Amino acid sequence: MLTKDDPKLDQLKQTIDQVMQKPYSDSYLIAVLHKTQALYGYLPEDIINIISVDMNIPTAHIWGVATFYHYFNLTPQGQHRIAICLGTACYVKGAAQIVETLKQQLKIDMGQTTADGLFTLRPARCLGACGLAPVVMIDDTIHGELTPKKMSDIVNKHRRQAKKK
Amino acid sequence: MQQGMRHLSTLLDEQLERHGLKDRVKINVSGCLGMCHKGPIMVVNPGYTLYGGLEEPDVAQIVREHLIQGRPIARLVIEEDHLFNRFFRIFGDVNFFGKQMRIALRNCGIIDPENIDDYLALRGYEALAKALTDMTPQQVIDELKTSGLRGRGGAGFPTGLKWQITADQVSGEKYVICNADEGDPGAFMDRSAIEGDPHTVLEGMMIGGYAVGAAQGIVYIRAEYPLAIERLERAMAQARDHGLLGDHILGTDFCFELEIRLGAGAFVCGEETALIQSIEGARGMPRPRPPYPSVSGLFGKPTLINNVETWANIPVVIVDGGQWFSSIGTEKSQGTKVFALAGKVVNTGLIEVPMGTTLREIIYDIGGGIPHGKAFKAVQTGGPSGGCLPADYLDTPVDYESLAQAGSIMGSGGMIVIDEDSCMVDIAKFFLEFTQSESCGKCTPCREGTKRMFEILTRISDGRGQAGDIEKLERLGDMIKKSSLCGLGQSAPNPVLSTIKNFREEYEEHIRDHTCRAKVCPSLIAYAINDACVGCGACKRGCPVNVISGRTKQKHTIDQTQCVRCGLCLATCKYDAIDKV
Ligand SMILES: Cc1cc2nc3c(=O)[nH]c(=O)nc-3n(C[C@H](O)[C@H](O)[C@H](O)COP(=O)(O)O)c2cc1C
Ligand code: FES
Repeated sequence: MLTKDDPKLDQLKQTIDQVMQKPYSDSYLIAVLHKTQALYGYLPEDIINIISVDMNIPTAHIWGVATFYHYFNLTPQGQHRIAICLGTACYVKGAAQIVETLKQQLKIDMGQTTADGLFTLRPARCLGACGLAPVVMIDDTIHGELTPKKMSDIVNKHRRQAKKK
Repeated sequence: MQQGMRHLSTLLDEQLERHGLKDRVKINVSGCLGMCHKGPIMVVNPGYTLYGGLEEPDVAQIVREHLIQGRPIARLVIEEDHLFNRFFRIFGDVNFFGKQMRIALRNCGIIDPENIDDYLALRGYEALAKALTDMTPQQVIDELKTSGLRGRGGAGFPTGLKWQITADQVSGEKYVICNADEGDPGAFMDRSAIEGDPHTVLEGMMIGGYAVGAAQGIVYIRAEYPLAIERLERAMAQARDHGLLGDHILGTDFCFELEIRLGAGAFVCGEETALIQSIEGARGMPRPRPPYPSVSGLFGKPTLINNVETWANIPVVIVDGGQWFSSIGTEKSQGTKVFALAGKVVNTGLIEVPMGTTLREIIYDIGGGIPHGKAFKAVQTGGPSGGCLPADYLDTPVDYESLAQAGSIMGSGGMIVIDEDSCMVDIAKFFLEFTQSESCGKCTPCREGTKRMFEILTRISDGRGQAGDIEKLERLGDMIKKSSLCGLGQSAPNPVLSTIKNFREEYEEHIRDHTCRAKVCPSLIAYAINDACVGCGACKRGCPVNVISGRTKQKHTIDQTQCVRCGLCLATCKYDAIDKV
């Protein structure tokens, strides 16, 4: 829930103030949503309502935009975001097996988050690392030339690190 | 170097010292320039003068006349065919590069993309200076028309003509846009081009702004490319510091601003009218054209949209001239094309070849052929809008017309090599699953039609195909192509239609015999354990549905009635004891 003095919200408001000074300020809606996601990890409903008021854009329109683009998450994300590439190069080189490995190991489907909140699994369309196919991106790190074994080792490593903390 | 370059470089150093030029000239001892027979060689920047066959007294003369008086010494300049000159002086004659020619990527891998000085040293912003001071906007456009440059984003529209139309509009407010949305799932040309040489794209856009009379440029780039975004931002800041961006650029009347807008993961936003919607902050839905963006684009104003690679070609056209540019490539497709070579090929990566190079040269000479001794099956170009060409078409030259005639398209530059391990029905299904889920939903043929095609393909790959399904796919595909609103729908059936055309027997086998010759479609194959099994139990532990049984150190078996054919056992087994049958 939002509290009055949320430093993230202050940052967001700053961004909104800046874009409202510019011509065609409505056109910065997507930029503001990017900022929101960067701060919160997803697009919380309360924040959308605030954006709606501050930018003077109907919430219906904002949700329309937010749901149109795959990049925006509408639910909270796990601590580690696993994006598995389903682009052509990765597909041709066996991405399907990596998907299977992950689904089995994490016991979740695409788009879901593990019960412990550690991982969110989502598909990606080409991470631009086709030379290393098949590829997954965990948070901001690319892991390439994967095999089912290599993949599950990587997941286990993240699990161990999380335990240590 | 071997021919005494180290000695020359010491000499040069002394000469510079003597003339007090030491802190104004930087000596770069470079790697092989690939012209070993002409050595020792020296390149003098700016201007990229290439000197060869140097002897000791020449060094003093170069310093005296070229560096101090600004007069290159004709006697020492190596005159090669200009076309090769440009290429060889940078890359040399390595096999991977042998058939390549780099124009759009000319600086990638050579300069430090985070340092504008590197770019400036290689004639960076020279084109902008030339355009602003020596050329009228119309002359810039005419040069572009002479060059024959066509859009590299897919459609291949003549760039000069597009600029002319935008320039001809009377409006106080115009925009230039760089399309860096790179939607093709399996391509990374634009990302690499920006990451490797961001200034080229910026310079191209500024020249575009000058030519059409726009003061604002926008780079629309995928949010999935954080490094490219960072490099662009840095390049913009550096350009601004050097007076190359902002008000009164290079002391002229030309003012230009640039802004970056992020995409948010929607393939259709690569389409120009959808992209404009997205910049305006709305859902990225295409609208019918005309009016084209050149007439009514962003915020209803005339807007010039070009692809990253198109922009990267602009500075070269201006500096080296349209005439020179048009000498490369084929009659109707001038210049070079960048491809992201990936899939089942030995050398994956970014390549740039003159138009007219054949697919065979790209895949075998540059790409090094198919790994693991497998057989070539098809090459896919144009991504979800393109097609798959079989071995018979390997001698097709890559240019807009030839590829279209062969049943594929040039596209933006994705090139995926497919070997015998892939099933063509499955590949077609893969692309259709993509376009079907990326369809924005605005027009019915694309939204519903692609879904129906996907259902039929699923049925076929599940072994439930019916006689007449192939014809149904052809009819539907044809209809969708003719009646869709935008390029997404108009090209979505291509992967299916081209695989039917070239690999019809594979479809027939799935339907009639319920077999998949590549052993890919899960419903048509089974996994079985052979006698090589040592009973280690790895597959049993890995099986997600627990259908593998057997005692330790004894041969295991798979319960075929329960197996979901995920293939994990095959991937886990270290003893080659699992077969696809
Ligand atoms: C579905 C669809 C996706 C497209 N994706 C891209 C893209 O990712 N990048 C691009 O430059 N052009 C893309 N285009 C082409 C653009 O609409 C437009 O033609 C191009 O940006 C014009 O620039 P050019 O003349 O330099 O090629 C796409 C077109 C369609 C129909
Ligand atoms: S297809 Fe996976 S990174 Fe490009």
